Amino acid sequence: MTALTASRPPVAPSRRRSHVVADAVTMLRRNLLHMIRYPGLSLFTIIGPVVALLLVVFVFGGTLGAGLPGVDPEGGREAYIAYVLPGILAITIAGTAGGIAITISMDMTEGITARFRTMAISRASVLAGHVLGNTIQGIIAVALVLAVGLLIGFRPTAGPLEWLAAAGVVALIAFAISWIGLAMGIQAKSVETASNLPLILTFLPLLGSGFVPTDSMPAGLQEFARYQPFTPFIETIRGLLLGTPLGWNPALAIGWAVLFVLVGYIWSTAIYERKSVR
Amino acid sequence: MATPAIAVSGLRKSYGDKVVLDGVDLVVPAGTITALLGPNGAGKTTTVHILSTLLRPDGGTASVDGADVVRDPDTVRASIGLTGQFSAVDGLLTGEENLLLMARLRHLGAARSKTRVAELLEQFDLVEAARKPLATYSGGMRRRLDLAMTLVSTPSVIFLDEPTTGLDPRSRHTMWDIVRDLVAEGTTVLLTTQYLEEADELADRIAVLDGGRIVADGTPDELKRLVPGGHLRLRFADDSALDSAAHLLAGSARDDSALTLTVPSDGSVDALRAVLDTLATPQIEVVDLSIHTPDLDDVFFALTGKTERPGLTDTKGSES
Repeated sequence: MTALTASRPPVAPSRRRSHVVADAVTMLRRNLLHMIRYPGLSLFTIIGPVVALLLVVFVFGGTLGAGLPGVDPEGGREAYIAYVLPGILAITIAGTAGGIAITISMDMTEGITARFRTMAISRASVLAGHVLGNTIQGIIAVALVLAVGLLIGFRPTAGPLEWLAAAGVVALIAFAISWIGLAMGIQAKSVETASNLPLILTFLPLLGSGFVPTDSMPAGLQEFARYQPFTPFIETIRGLLLGTPLGWNPALAIGWAVLFVLVGYIWSTAIYERKSVR
Repeated sequence: MATPAIAVSGLRKSYGDKVVLDGVDLVVPAGTITALLGPNGAGKTTTVHILSTLLRPDGGTASVDGADVVRDPDTVRASIGLTGQFSAVDGLLTGEENLLLMARLRHLGAARSKTRVAELLEQFDLVEAARKPLATYSGGMRRRLDLAMTLVSTPSVIFLDEPTTGLDPRSRHTMWDIVRDLVAEGTTVLLTTQYLEEADELADRIAVLDGGRIVADGTPDELKRLVPGGHLRLRFADDSALDSAAHLLAGSARDDSALTLTVPSDGSVDALRAVLDTLATPQIEVVDLSIHTPDLDDVFFALTGKTERPGLTDTKGSES
């Protein structure tokens, strides 16, 4: 018995590396299965933005739209749908951070993360499975919210290439936000607090160019709104879907996204081992 | 000499000022069950967490199947399984899906995974519940599933951290049977428990952990011998019978109000016969007799008490 186990050949490094991908796929399948089995959490990430969309368009839209630069007061509501929808999409993506924070926190508190850690699965696989699952969820949520937008009169001018680029940008932002949400979820001491921290992200589109042009804000806020990450996110989506000038926004958006991924990855992996033993 | 399944030497771990492990030494031979017995906060779970690569020790060494837990954690992880105090199952999946998840993460391959999962569901009496969500499982079922998940890859060393805490007596006995079967198949088990009965039932050797150190280590019988306290208790009909008996039996202690006499004894048949022979000659009638041998409870309280008992330390090596 002892002789047998002691002479177990060490696993070759290349074999381990191929396991990282295989394990990440396994973890992704697990997260997608959760999503299909318990659609409640996913639904929740869609309901909020849809309610916000209907509220700002039908309740505030007439007045807000009329205040947009260069808009005829008669067509305020239609103009505002076009203006606000990219912001609503950004809020949708920001909201998925709460979803991943809750799911990772549930894993951490239920002890299954500790089990994974005793099983020679690389932490990158476990974390990537969560992030990819949440990214897919984010993309689906954006598609559904966009569909509601189209139903109530959102008329994008994008051609096939712009749509493809917009989809890519949405996927990238969802991926980046997922990493930040993941780190916040691991950091949280309980599932309850895990759902609170990512709310900060949901507020950022409100303090950017999501709902009103940044020019209309007070001076100090204007500076913040102009340089915070959600403004280039929103401006890039807006530019691609509606043909507004893009400027440096795509580059800024990609830069912010890469920064989010790096921060989220480093933050998560740094605290993952410590937080998974309870 | 065969490599021990688990070898721990001078293991130390502190959290800030709080010393949890203060030089733990432990050797578990392959194919045996060792129980790590100790009160809450003694460091049992910390020891298991270090051995299962969840925590890094501050000092000392620990190896599993000859692989060092700090330098070579992946080799250790390939040969171990851990079932902890809190069930580490995926509550959003079914029992079968949980097992398949483990099989995939252990890279068993599709066909092998399927047969292994079917085997485990059968063995752990979970066939009927296999496709039901875990929300419908009882505590005992969850714990069985948890252990089944640990066993998917037939690990050679298994850590069971308080495996029966919170289970009803029937589930506990089922668990014990499962553990015995595992060891019969050659698995090494390190079990932590607060239940002396459990250690006595299952373990080949018991290590008593208290205040971050192993205060005793031996077979259950060896440990019981460490603690004095075996005695016979005789009850008599009246004062005069008690008087005569107390006179005849040197070293006995009398309790007048209960009409009983306590005679130190190892509880053997010979010792019992000697006492009864002594009382037979003048024909003193014994109303009631009971034999008290020290059990692990006595050992536990004697060894984990706050008072220092330098005489009762180590019996390690007496069997190896």
